[in-house]
Amino acid sequence: MHEMLLTNARLVTADGVVESDLLVKDGRIAGIGTGLASSGESIDCAGHLVGPGLVDLHVHLREPGQEWKEDIGSGSAAAAAGGYTAVVAMPNTDPAIDAGHLARFVMDRGRREGLVEVVPAGAITMGRAGVKLAHLDELWAAGVRIFSDDGDSVADAGLLRRAMEYVAELGGVIAQHPEDRGLSGDGHMHEGIVSSRLGMAGLPAIGEEAVVARDLALVKLTGVRYHVQHVSTAGTVELVKSARAAGLPVTAEVTPHHLMLDHGEVERMNPDVKMYPPLRRPADVEAVRAGLQEGTVDMVATDHAPHAAHEKDVPFEDAPRGIIGLETAASVVNTALSLDPVTFFQRMSISPAHLAGLSNQGRWLEPGGPANLVVFDPAAAWTPEVFESRAENSPFIGRKLHGKVLVTMFQGRVTYRDGKVHR
Amino acid sequence: MKHFLSTDDVSRADLESLLDLSDEFVEVLARPIPKVPALRGKTVAMLFFEASTRTRLSFERAAKALSADTMSFSPSTSSLSKGESLKDTALTIKAMGADALVVRHKSTGAQWRIADWTGLPVLNAGDGAHQHPTQALLDALTIRQHFRSLDGLRIAIVGDIRHSRVARSDISTFTTLGAEVTLVAPSTLLPVDMDGWPIKVAGSIDDVLDSDVIYLLRIQAERGGASVFPSLPEYVSRFGMTRERFARLAENAIVMHPGPMNRGVEIAPEVADRPRARILEQVANGVAVRMAVLFRLLGGEVHDA
Repeated sequence: MHEMLLTNARLVTADGVVESDLLVKDGRIAGIGTGLASSGESIDCAGHLVGPGLVDLHVHLREPGQEWKEDIGSGSAAAAAGGYTAVVAMPNTDPAIDAGHLARFVMDRGRREGLVEVVPAGAITMGRAGVKLAHLDELWAAGVRIFSDDGDSVADAGLLRRAMEYVAELGGVIAQHPEDRGLSGDGHMHEGIVSSRLGMAGLPAIGEEAVVARDLALVKLTGVRYHVQHVSTAGTVELVKSARAAGLPVTAEVTPHHLMLDHGEVERMNPDVKMYPPLRRPADVEAVRAGLQEGTVDMVATDHAPHAAHEKDVPFEDAPRGIIGLETAASVVNTALSLDPVTFFQRMSISPAHLAGLSNQGRWLEPGGPANLVVFDPAAAWTPEVFESRAENSPFIGRKLHGKVLVTMFQGRVTYRDGKVHR
Repeated sequence: MKHFLSTDDVSRADLESLLDLSDEFVEVLARPIPKVPALRGKTVAMLFFEASTRTRLSFERAAKALSADTMSFSPSTSSLSKGESLKDTALTIKAMGADALVVRHKSTGAQWRIADWTGLPVLNAGDGAHQHPTQALLDALTIRQHFRSLDGLRIAIVGDIRHSRVARSDISTFTTLGAEVTLVAPSTLLPVDMDGWPIKVAGSIDDVLDSDVIYLLRIQAERGGASVFPSLPEYVSRFGMTRERFARLAENAIVMHPGPMNRGVEIAPEVADRPRARILEQVANGVAVRMAVLFRLLGGEVHDA
């Protein structure tokens, strides 16, 4: 393996930012300091931030079964371009990831692409149908640490209780997409002043909060580590905050788009702002921002949800839900709120890696550690236009963002630089 | 005016100008030969992706009275049932030489997308529960014919406001023209958040019997099954225009309904046939206002009233 020297870095460490060079050798960080010499290639970081590679706890890579939307190859490329070195792929594929061999397939495919560490979340129930438990032991043995029926809530409280008990015993995490079917009905957007004006059926905030409130009671009973996926309302932030204060093992994620956009966007009736949970009120945007800032919301997760162009080129109500996010996440977060660099990497890398049990990810850069890192210029302004993802369903196309990923390095190898993915 | 998609963004002056033009077409339609050559050589395509009788026939009659050619389309026999996308269908019809599209679709905002895709003038003949702007125009024309102006009139809209595109278009049209609007419905049939809407709300039709106009909306029988109100008889007891209530209306008050009616639910069978129920006048006026809108979109500004 060759060496690579990163010069003029503003290195983000647990204690703050230091100006330093950084030597990478054989996939690991060989040295940090000034005046390091190398026989190999060097990258001038020009005073930009260098931190641990980003980790996304919530992506949809669509493989197996929906490769026309995305596959593990194109999704890995999108991740690399977004500064990511690890992603957790949600199990709502076809078939759902509800057994050990399916989890191993996803991991193997990720390894073969070699751009980013790909680990699947396992389904909680067979086929994500919410009826009987998935092969939780098998999934665990294959390396799955996060269990979720993402896209749907586990509605049956008795079934969820058993899943929680079982996963608690294994040591895993139950991650819930909180949405009560009865309350959400056939809603298409946040239920509120905008949906009322447009005459669209809404997904009320209470549909999310009611599920989280019920689940927290079950967490108290079972002691399982519980993770709230894509928190979108002020009420959910409050629920997580008080559960945490009561000592429950609860974490939460927020998407970049919920930090930036509110339901007023839907006035244009364009499907590029259709996703579940939907964009909420401005007060909710403020609440999830504050939650992320203070740490009640532990991490940013993209909910990267690719759809083919023709699938989204329809009226709003007829469009599938979800938007892509991997390639804009760091920029959107950096545009939406000004986190100090340590907190930024805490929320974008350290916390999600820790929850997902990824021992080679989300580690502050130090000699001997894995060379998974990103070079990020928080001041660069740019406008997203084209993507590595197979899909283009992004509301950020044509919007000016601040902050740009310049280089991504995975296992000591540059996977993204100068606007290009390096396979 | 490039499109006619919503009443929300139409000024009072523009509404009144459209109503004045509609008056002229009312006169045209009363002639022995109710036809003018204004749109000769133009082709208007009727794209009704959702079932409709009156609106579709009304638009066809309007286009033909202006001497336009029409093309139409019904979803059950079309290539949509073979899986063609809405976009491809719209572009295909554009390629055949349509000059304007009249579109009804069950999905909110479909007409805005079609306008983007095709660049053609689009008339919204109803999208989801969002807008039905020509219905609002014909309603305003009907009220104006009776009262001469909407200024200061008290208009009550009764029924399933939440799921009604007619209500949304009427509310903005009536209030822009100076009327006071009161919505009457159980809370399960009102929009969830009406903060800032220029309306009042009442909980029973008995609270608004002194209105100048009682506008009844169709209650879809299947809504009862979705548990938005307990039963049709209970709905009638709080919100139905019964004979007894009709007898208590102000002397000059009128009753309106966009059709199709459920006789015996929102309106008593006998009431629907009284002269002060203006339901058939509404239908007749529909042709005139649709002529006015088609003329504005396709006929240029030269002959404007």
